[in-house]
Amino acid sequence: MVYEILKKEEIAPTVHRMVIDAPDVAKAAKAGQFIILRIDERGERIPLTIADFEEDKGTVTVIFQEMGKTTKQLAKLSAGEFLEDFVGPLGTPADVRKLGTVILVGGGVGVAPIYPQAKAYTRAGNRVISIIGARNKDLLILEDEMKNASSELYIATDDGSKGHHGFVTDIMKQILDSGEEVARVVIIGPPIMMKVGAGVASPYDVEILVSLNSIMVDGTGMCGGCRVTVDGKTRFTCVDGPEFNARKVDFVELMNRLAMYRGEEAKAVEKYEEECRCGLH
Amino acid sequence: MQELHGEKAAKAKKERTPMPEQPAEERRKNFNEVALGYTKEDALAEASRCLSCKDPKCVEGCPVNVDIPGFIKLICEEDFSGAIEVIKGTNALPAVCGRVCPQETQCEALCILGKKGKPVAIGRLERFCADYERQTGVKVPEVPEPTGKKVAVVGSGPAGLTAAADLAKLGHKVTIFESLHKAGGVLSYGIPEFRLPKEIVRQEVEYIKQLGVELKPNYIIGRIKTLDELCDEFDAVFLGTGAGLPSFMGIPGENFNGVYSANEFLTRVNLMKAYDPEYDTKVRVGKHVVVVGGGNVAMDAARSALRLGADEVSIVYRRGEDEMPARREEIEHAKEEGINFRLLTNPVRILGDEKFNVTAVECIKMELGEPDKSGRRSPVPVEGSEFTIPADVVVIAIGTSPNPIIFKGSEGLEQNKRGTVVADEETGATSKCGVFAGGDVVTGAATVISAMGAGKKAARAIDEFLKEK
Repeated sequence: MVYEILKKEEIAPTVHRMVIDAPDVAKAAKAGQFIILRIDERGERIPLTIADFEEDKGTVTVIFQEMGKTTKQLAKLSAGEFLEDFVGPLGTPADVRKLGTVILVGGGVGVAPIYPQAKAYTRAGNRVISIIGARNKDLLILEDEMKNASSELYIATDDGSKGHHGFVTDIMKQILDSGEEVARVVIIGPPIMMKVGAGVASPYDVEILVSLNSIMVDGTGMCGGCRVTVDGKTRFTCVDGPEFNARKVDFVELMNRLAMYRGEEAKAVEKYEEECRCGLH
Repeated sequence: MQELHGEKAAKAKKERTPMPEQPAEERRKNFNEVALGYTKEDALAEASRCLSCKDPKCVEGCPVNVDIPGFIKLICEEDFSGAIEVIKGTNALPAVCGRVCPQETQCEALCILGKKGKPVAIGRLERFCADYERQTGVKVPEVPEPTGKKVAVVGSGPAGLTAAADLAKLGHKVTIFESLHKAGGVLSYGIPEFRLPKEIVRQEVEYIKQLGVELKPNYIIGRIKTLDELCDEFDAVFLGTGAGLPSFMGIPGENFNGVYSANEFLTRVNLMKAYDPEYDTKVRVGKHVVVVGGGNVAMDAARSALRLGADEVSIVYRRGEDEMPARREEIEHAKEEGINFRLLTNPVRILGDEKFNVTAVECIKMELGEPDKSGRRSPVPVEGSEFTIPADVVVIAIGTSPNPIIFKGSEGLEQNKRGTVVADEETGATSKCGVFAGGDVVTGAATVISAMGAGKKAARAIDEFLKEK
């Protein structure tokens, strides 16, 4: 099977948006789900959250940041080229229903999976307050899309180059403190941001969800590599998640497990970049 | 037992022909196949031992009832193409079965020669015929007129492939849905290259495609489509989704980095080829590897870890060697390669360091008590006998259960407590009309050949069902 890349653009430095021709996935996809792709026969399977999907066009959009060897290699592909494998939708869809006011918090590339949720929560009749952030204004993604999909949009950058000078969680706290009745907070971003965000929101009477990005192979519950401790029990991110009650997630374990192959990954990147310099890719 | 006379007595005296193998010292460092296969001379010598019994017990021992004396007779006549045709009459995957079937508990267990000496090496002869055919070119049988009926097969493991082949040979239009990117199920992700080369799996799958079967990889039933939707689109559905959900022990420390389910460890190594530096998937290569369990999967994981470059690999099993469910040959091979067997030992805790990496497994000694429900003597911990085994990789190979993903969004399919699908033993019929099931999804983790047997029976029943429909 091969899957055509229909569109590819760099939407921020090292952050890319790719539209893939995958009608079966597009038809079944729901907010909160993810896909697994493999570039070629020798590639690894990597999970990426679904950033958008259009059933009528049969397309699925993913957004990824160049981090490891595979995402660097993926960034080099252009429209008209093909991926060997693209499987999904995976994971339990987000439990989107009418709740009242919902705060959606997205950090870095975590804004990508927040976007379909913003659309879905709005469609379900909620007042959606979105807060998106990045290290600086250049790395901020999907600002226009998020503005259209939300009732209110706030922006934060670590360096203050756009919006609030500070963290997305600062704005979240201000809203929670304002006395506005909020039914649910969804936080998606780097694990440390989700951990901090969950900590900030915990004292308030509000449901807090996070979407985890564990290491996995098959994405269907077969390998168990994505196991995470939630409320003292081992759960599989790929089938039981990726969304979990943030108050119950063992973030320290999650972050440690995400670091499992860090050394090997660094070596793979080094080797790949060396090969690129030699003109092999 | 009757005394054997004349020619038969002479045959019975012949020694069983040994299987040429890679020497243990060499093979423990590579992923190439351990058993090299009979030469023509080996096959002729071994085939000549068969007594051609009038009432062959061996056939009864085969879950798919291969005409064993029939194909062995053709080997004696050097008609190897004829021999493989006989085998393929009932077995769509002979190159696989000749390698991974537990013959010692099936066909060979009932061979008359086994009563006084060693049984005919039926599995090795089957493999010889299949390999002969692959080298000389596979003949694709003619497919009958299309019946116009469509059957969906979910899962491309041994049960699904067998059901698909048989249904296609009956003229039905078969589509196989596979969740992974490669077909073969456990043959691809589970059983290692050194026991079952993936090229063989690829060719067997190719053969089934040549029968007109359509294969859809990357297609997850339960996610892309529900079982109910499949039932609407197809005239019948066969579920051969296996037992893909790994069990963990539920002991402290199981989530430390370096602790794998056997599924994950073997999938990384086999399906994703983590042993080959040209491939991107990673796997932790341990210095001291502990594998927990006593089945074929545990042997596969242990022997794979050794080949990846581990200094020391131990199998930790809570019962004794006689109780190990693994094939005899796998246990012997593992021992020859230097795998450490720590029997009557059970892990109680996994220890790790501040960086969250596993460092050791704390175990307790066990002793055998009274026989349990399965007839095996159940192990009981010896109080105060705790000790630790250093380990930087731990593989949990204590079993699997059916993956529940297939049942998402569908109704009316009866399951029992262990998550397996309730199905008629003879037909594979489930509680849901038009849905049949067979293999590990019904029995829980078992063997390749029993799954194939179930796929075969279900194909026959589906054919009947379609005729009546």
